[in-house]
Amino acid sequence: MDFETTKAQRAAASTKIVIAGGFGVGKSTLVGAVSEIDPLRTEALVTNESEGVDDLAAVPTKATTTVAMDFGRLTLAEDLVLYLFGTPGQRRFWFMWDDLCRGAIGAIVLVDVARLDESFSPLDYFESKGIPFIVAVNEFDGVPRYPVDEIAAALALPPEVPIISLDARDREQAKGALVKITEYSLMRLRESLTANVN
Amino acid sequence: MTPPLEPDDEAYRPRLIRSYTLTAGRTATSVDLAMEATLRLQAGAEAPVLSPSAAQVLEVCDRRSVAEVSALTKMPIGVTRVLLGDLIEQGLVRIQATITDKTSTDERLELIERTLRGLRNY
Repeated sequence: MDFETTKAQRAAASTKIVIAGGFGVGKSTLVGAVSEIDPLRTEALVTNESEGVDDLAAVPTKATTTVAMDFGRLTLAEDLVLYLFGTPGQRRFWFMWDDLCRGAIGAIVLVDVARLDESFSPLDYFESKGIPFIVAVNEFDGVPRYPVDEIAAALALPPEVPIISLDARDREQAKGALVKITEYSLMRLRESLTANVN
Repeated sequence: MTPPLEPDDEAYRPRLIRSYTLTAGRTATSVDLAMEATLRLQAGAEAPVLSPSAAQVLEVCDRRSVAEVSALTKMPIGVTRVLLGDLIEQGLVRIQATITDKTSTDERLELIERTLRGLRNY
């Protein structure tokens, strides 16, 4: 082995942000708006009898179903690629979120104001796991717009969680959401350092 | 192969899958492979005779992530991980660093800062 590994080689070459939210809320749209490639799809196998078990533990001969995940890619620098993973929306596939979220910078929870209740569970998930997240209200055409602070109150968001509204089809706005979650994640990490020192 | 079911497809049906025959029935690998981990061909490594599926993975994996290799080879993520794990253990492929539980806070900060710079200029 090469023991003279340089700092550049040790530095992370890729990272990820998770895009979560209810069915049809625009997760794939957001990924597609900023991805440099057409979003790709990967499948995982799920055994029907053992939901909650990692796909790697699936017994090969057991009847299985597949769940698909769409993801996109942004080359941020010569030595850094950011992946965006959309979470499978159905609740029964939630055990896969642990795999998707491991090592993520943070998550964007996309919200449709017409179906706020679908956001409750994703919010609970990220809160319980201590994963930094922001809320992005996807403003579909023709949907009445509510002030984000009213939506934050309806979602019972902790006051420190950033909430923005965006059009998930718009590249710049989607990029803005990525900047926002990254800034927030950085702030949270710095705060935790300060808290540890004091 | 039948097309994959949509993530939110309520009407999915169970089906029998023999994908793990590609891995001789193994469903786990000793190598920790994050979905976003970047793979690199190991320079100078001489490839032994590989199974067609392993050869396919080897062919597409350079500078791509585990998730991309799965998507491009149309192999499920778990199967892809097992095959990549083998190639890594054989010294044909290496993985580049990602954030794990073992990542130091300094390295984490550095990565998030680099990401932020990159996103602002993207």
